Order: sequence, then C-alpha cells, then structure tokens
Amino acid sequence: MSHDKSVLLEIKNLRIEGYSDEKWVDIIKGVDLTLHRGEVMGLIGESGAGKSTIGAGAMGYARDGTRISEGSSIEFDGMELTTATESEKRALRGSRIAYVAQSAAASFNPAHKIIDQHTEAPLQYRLQKRMEAQEDAMDLYKRLRLPNPTEIGFRYPHQVSGGQLQRAMTAMAMSCRPDLIIFDEPTTALDVTTQIEVLAAIRDIVEQFNTAALYITHDLAVVAQMADTIKVLLKGEEVEEASTKEMLDNPKEDYTKSLWAVRSFESPQRHRPKDATPLISLQHVDASYSSGPKILDDVSFDIYEGMTVAVVGESGSGKSTVARVITGLLPPSKGEVLFRGTPFTHDYRNRSKDELRQCQMIYQSADTSLNPKVRISEIIGRPAQFYSGLKGTALKARVDELLDLIELEPSQFYNRYPSELSGGQKQRIGIARALAAEPAFIICDEVTSALDQLVAEGILRLLDRLQNELNLAYMFITHDLATVRSIADEVVVMQQGKVVEQGPKDDMFTPPHHPYTDLLLSSVPEMDPDWLTTLLEERGIENLGDAAAAKMSK
Amino acid sequence: MSVFVISYYSLLLIGSSLAAYFNKRSIFILLFSLTMVSFVLGIIGGSGTLVMVATFAGLLALAGMVSYSFREALIMMAGPELAKELRTAPLTAAFGMFVIFTYAITGIFAPWIAPYGEAQIISAAFAPADENMLLGADQLGRDMFSRLVYGTRNSVGLALTATCLAFFMGAGAGMLAATKGGWFDQFMGRFADVIMSIPSLIFALLMLSIFGSSMPVIIVAVAIIYAPRVFRLTRAVAGNVVVMDYIEAAKLRGEGTGYLIRREILPNSMAPLVAEFGLEFCFVFLLVAGLSFLGLGIQPPTADWGSMVRENATLISFGDITPLIPAAAIALLTVAVNFVVDWMLFRSSGLKEH
Repeated sequence: MSHDKSVLLEIKNLRIEGYSDEKWVDIIKGVDLTLHRGEVMGLIGESGAGKSTIGAGAMGYARDGTRISEGSSIEFDGMELTTATESEKRALRGSRIAYVAQSAAASFNPAHKIIDQHTEAPLQYRLQKRMEAQEDAMDLYKRLRLPNPTEIGFRYPHQVSGGQLQRAMTAMAMSCRPDLIIFDEPTTALDVTTQIEVLAAIRDIVEQFNTAALYITHDLAVVAQMADTIKVLLKGEEVEEASTKEMLDNPKEDYTKSLWAVRSFESPQRHRPKDATPLISLQHVDASYSSGPKILDDVSFDIYEGMTVAVVGESGSGKSTVARVITGLLPPSKGEVLFRGTPFTHDYRNRSKDELRQCQMIYQSADTSLNPKVRISEIIGRPAQFYSGLKGTALKARVDELLDLIELEPSQFYNRYPSELSGGQKQRIGIARALAAEPAFIICDEVTSALDQLVAEGILRLLDRLQNELNLAYMFITHDLATVRSIADEVVVMQQGKVVEQGPKDDMFTPPHHPYTDLLLSSVPEMDPDWLTTLLEERGIENLGDAAAAKMSK
Repeated sequence: MSVFVISYYSLLLIGSSLAAYFNKRSIFILLFSLTMVSFVLGIIGGSGTLVMVATFAGLLALAGMVSYSFREALIMMAGPELAKELRTAPLTAAFGMFVIFTYAITGIFAPWIAPYGEAQIISAAFAPADENMLLGADQLGRDMFSRLVYGTRNSVGLALTATCLAFFMGAGAGMLAATKGGWFDQFMGRFADVIMSIPSLIFALLMLSIFGSSMPVIIVAVAIIYAPRVFRLTRAVAGNVVVMDYIEAAKLRGEGTGYLIRREILPNSMAPLVAEFGLEFCFVFLLVAGLSFLGLGIQPPTADWGSMVRENATLISFGDITPLIPAAAIALLTVAVNFVVDWMLFRSSGLKEH
C-alpha cells in the first residue's frame, strides 16, 4: 500500500471532568490513544463508558458541563489541541476533522436542503466554489450509492429515509476530505437491512480517501466489520486494545470476554400444547390510522399460553401497530382479536377491568414509560391497588414481593424515584409494573433495544425466568434477530403490514426461507471480521438492504 | 475636602487594590470603574453626589446582606432536599423571597402592626409626618402608614385569590383538554380565543358596571380574564406529557381522567405552571391596582394601594412623594415576585451555567 501511515492523532493521558453535584468528577480517567492515517479504530463499551466523550475530545471539544483537565495532551497532526485557541480549533473542525452523529434525522437542519448543508463547510473554508462543491457532493452521493445522486441533495432532510440521511451525513463529513472522521454510533438508530448499506458505504469511502476514523459503537459485530483496531472502554478507563482479529479470537481481560460471551443465552424451544385454544388469536386483522392507508393487511397469528412469539420486521412494517390493536389503542377496521376463544372488546375504553388486566405492556424506553415524579412504590403499587384492591400492609407486601421477583432489593428501591435508577433497573421496574396486574399475556415492545448488551441479556434472562414461574405468554416486538434467537418460541415475520412468514423458531432459522426472512437473517452482522466482505461478494451490493427489500415488494 | 470625601476615595482605592492583589477580577473592575466614575461625579456634582452614590451602594449592600442572611436562615430551617434546592437560589431570588415574606407577614398581622384603623380619621387632611404618623395623613386625615399596611392585606389578598381562581379554572380546563383531545379540545381552545379577543380592561369594566363592584365580582372578572392564558400554557405543557408512554400505560390500566390529571399529568407540568403563576400574579396585581385607580376596584373606605395613589395624586404637584409610596410598594412586590420566578424558570428549563 502506498498510503501514508504516519501518526495522525495522538492522545496521551486524556482526563475529562464533568460537573455534577457541585463538584468536578472524572469522566475519562487517563486514556491514551494513537491513530495512524487511514486507520479505523473502534471504541466500544457500555453507555457511560465515555466513548462519545473521547470522540468529542479528539476534536479538542468538551461538552457543556465538562472540561479537559490539565496534563492531558491531544496532538492532531503535530498540533496540540488542548492549548490551541478556539479559532484555531474551529479552523480544524469540518475541514480536517469531521463528525458523524448518531441520529442524522436530528442533526440535519430541517429548514435547509441537504446539499446546502453539505456545501457549507467547503464554502466556509473557501476550498471550492459553490458549483464545484455541489458537483463534488453529487460525486460523493454516487460513491455512497445513494439513489438519484444528482437530485437527492436538493431535497429537504424529511423527504429522505433514515438510512439515506445517514449516508448523506457521511458524505457531508467527507466534503472537505478530512484526515479524521469521528463516527458516533452512526447505525444504532437504523434497521439491520439499512444498517448494512450504511456500513458498506462508510467502509468504502474511508478506504478510498485514506481517511482515519474513530468508530464509536456498542455493537461488537458492527465494530468487527469496520475497525482495524479495537479499544475496549469501561467507566472512563481503557480495558484493552488490540487489532480486530486478535481481539475477537483472543481477548485477554475478563470484561472483554464477558462482552464477547453475551449472546450465549438461549432459552429452550417450547412447543404448542395440543388441542388448546390459543390465548390470543388475531384473525384477519386490518387496521389503519384515521382513514389513511392500511397499516395492517390481513394479519393472523396465534399466541399460546406460556409461549413467546417474536414479531420481527423493520420499522414501518406494522409490528407496533399489532400491539396497539391487541391492547385496544387502535381498534381494527376488520377482523377479530380473540382472547381464550372469545372476542376481545375492540376499544380499550370499553374493556372491563379484568380484560384490561390480562394484557400488559412493557415499553422500549424506560425513560418515558415511568412517571419521573412518582416513587417506585407507587409505580408498582398502583396496578396492584387498582385491580386487586390491595391496601396498606398487604399492598406493601405485594410491592416487596414484586421487587424481589425482578431481583431488586425492596428496602433500597421502595422509596426511590425513576431518575435515581440505571437504565436496566428502570426496565425491571417496567416489568414489575406489568406483573403487578397479574396478567396472562405481556407485550414487550423492543424492551432491550435501548440497553447495553450485558444489561439486555440480564433482562432477557429475567423475562425467561418469570415466564417459567408464572406461565406467562409474551409477544416480543423486535428488530434484533439475536434477541429472537435467544428468547422466542415462535417467530412472525412482517413486511409492510403483512405477515410474510411464521412458524417455530428452529424452522425459521433453518433454510429454506421466504426471501424477505432470508434478507433479514443475512443482514445481521456477525462477529467474524470478514463477514461483510464475504456477504458483499456473495450477494452484490444491489441485493442488500433497502434496495433488495424494495425489489421484493414490487 | 471633607473627611467624608477622603474616606470615600480611600475606601474605594483600598478595596480595588485588595481585589487586584487577590486576583478577584470582576470585583476589581467593579470597584475601580466606580472610583473612576466617582472622580468625574465628584468634580461635576460635588460631595452631595458622592453621598448619594455612597447611600445607594450602602442600600444595595444592605439588601444583599439581608438576602444572604435570609437565604442562609431558610437553608438552616429547611429539610435536606429543600435546602439543596435553596442553595442554588441566587441573591436576587433570596431578596425576592424576603420581600414576599415581609409582605405576607404584614398582610396577615395587619391589625397588630398598624397603629390606627384603616378608616380612622386622626388628623387634618394631608397632615405632614410627625411622631404619631410615620408617613403623614391622606386626603381625609387618615394615617398613611396604617392604610399601607391594611392595603397589603386587601390588594395582595385580592390579587392572590383572583390568580388562584384563574389557575384553578385555566389549568383544570387545559389539562382536561389535553387529555380528552378531539372536539372538546377544539371547543375549549376556541372559547379561550373568544375571551382573549376582548381587551382585558374593557371586559373588566363591563363586568363591574353590570354586576356592581364588589370583591367577589372583581375576583371572578379578573379570573375569567386571565384563565385563558393559563389554559393555553397548561394545554401546551400537558400536551407534551400526555404522549408519554406512562400515560398510555395508565390509560390501558383503565384509570379515569381524574387520576390521570391529578397523579400523572399535574406533577409533570408543575414547574412551568408555578413560574407562570408568579408572572400572572404580577399582571393580575397591576390590573387590580389599575381598576382601583379608575375607581372601579375595591371601594372606599377599604384601603387599597391602587386607590391610595389616585386619592393622593394631587400631592404630586406640591412635590410630595407620599402618593408614590403605595405605587412603590406595588413595584417592589412585582419585582420581587419576578426575581423568584426567574430563578424557578431557570431551574425548570434545566439551563446550566457554562
């Protein structure tokens, strides 16, 4: 390779402090990092490990309420950023160091066309004239395989899909041909099928321009595809660093091993009981939002007592709408929902207390699903009080029992507020609230997707244990096939409001598949660093991701 | 050069040198620029101006010290959680709380504090201040100070009741509209628009001339005028809360509207509502004072700050500031309330200092 391999970024003993509770606390506790030109380094760790803070620090930037402490050194191409003035640093950002944020939808300015935002940096730094910059943008869009590269830039951000927007943002970061790009979880908010296109595009373009990159993510399989070296972080400290191959094959530290082993959990496959009526049965359900197009089109499947049915599909496939139909938030326009063989009242407002009790929900985001101004005791206690009429000491005993069930110490958590809990603990409280109603059936809407992998596995194990103890039925809405593999008994695959395939888990994961199922399965990143390369060779870029999904629906 | 002038300058210079020595940049700039300004002022206005500057600075320092001690006293009395909140209060907010506290005490214990009754005629009209009367007499020979003290109770009490009523109606309707949605929401919104489209003073005058000007009528009229503003704010705030998953969970649980509003929505909309309460209180207060000034508010002989200004207005032409004292009382209270509201807004908006 003729590419220049000199050191581009050298961070020594980086310490960043944050201000909380009226004192400065270390967030990053002395991290060293060396990045060569054209090298991609993956930063992985749980949330709170300080990945994003280091990413921002590499630009010499400390967020509001944080500061880079004395003694740290960030040297970018021979220039010390900790002592540089704000205007010197500003001259670097955008032109030589670029940043790609997690949510492109939230990071683009909705009031300006994509290409105008793209050309802002080259124009600002007087690198190109407007027309040149626009032509260059179209060239980059083409390289990133955006559809209609000459035209797409003249749209507004809301007129473009999430995956395309994320690629447009990568193109924007490339606009000044920077030496370093910081990718902060660029694919976390995307569906698997979309993610794969973005990953392939990012990898190509980084290679083409010999750009160095810091790739921040919590997804190991993704980082294995992208990075040359991997650095594992825990609570602001480095755990270990090694080349991708070595890190995957031969991790040294226990913490790294535990990260690698995280997907080992798999509950045994259960089978449908014979001659039983299903607990919930959807029969030819159509649904739409106020006379709009049909969101659900002739959806039928059954859920039996004590079993887990996973509903899989990308965003917009109607998974969550199924949940809304079953809970009664969205009455079906056609068809029937049967509960133990008898029709379930369509609208939740007309359901009796007992009907409402049977079917509970656990939400994706524990932050919005728990009232922040109410104590844990009341969050969990209220359903028990509401449905069973428990009072006083009986109620307290019930809450204690529920807290025990979800493996939280009652005396410690009884009087806390949700803001005083971690993400995983909040999700456990959400589970306890659902259990408090003593339901037969729980809908889990993406319950683990906002959590770190270790924490998510804990939640899955808990749900599985509760299912065995209380004979619960779950409907698991997810886009993460690894979750499906670990907990589901049956799988329902949905695409554009229709059920394309359903059956027991073991059958679903063995060929032959429906083409869409096949696409979903093949899009899930694996821990093998060559996985993406092999896949691209096997299938070709046209038969991946959204492009393939679009072909199928024609 | 009098002793005063010499000590004035030397104090300033010693202060600024000390500040410079201890590297207190902002204090140094303040003191030193004051010194420079004082040179100019001393040359132009003589020592009289310097006395004024010194008095003003002294008053400011006094207010600062009072606020500081008041805040410390509150922190010591409060429980641990409240104390933590209070520590974040800036001195302005502490000053505001002190003023509100003083007004509250004055209003509650008015009969014990005031030396005379509010309608008691004790001397000649417009008698100047003497050892019996702190602020002199008004146009009928009643003690100004006593009327001021009673006025606290009447004016503030009235404004407070009216604001509470406006909030009760407005916030209740707003949260109901946000929860129910649909045609009820539309109906309430348009109804609020209709009320807001009528100029407030004209609406108040209309109501008061139809129903006569008694306390209950004033309170209801003012509450109706201000309820739509509260309605709009509450509806907007509650609108952001009702889309949260925990509201959906509560609805699916089968909870009634009352529980939803009381336990789920209200606690999460409290912060902006409290801040708005302070602001609206000021507006209501000014409207009530304005009505009194026009002679349609609280009727004589009941003491009220707005009407006190009007009754003694003639004195202004004689260079007497007595009619301005009740006006100053109004101004001080509104400023104080705004100081506290600023602090609460700052906290609820989650802004942090850089």
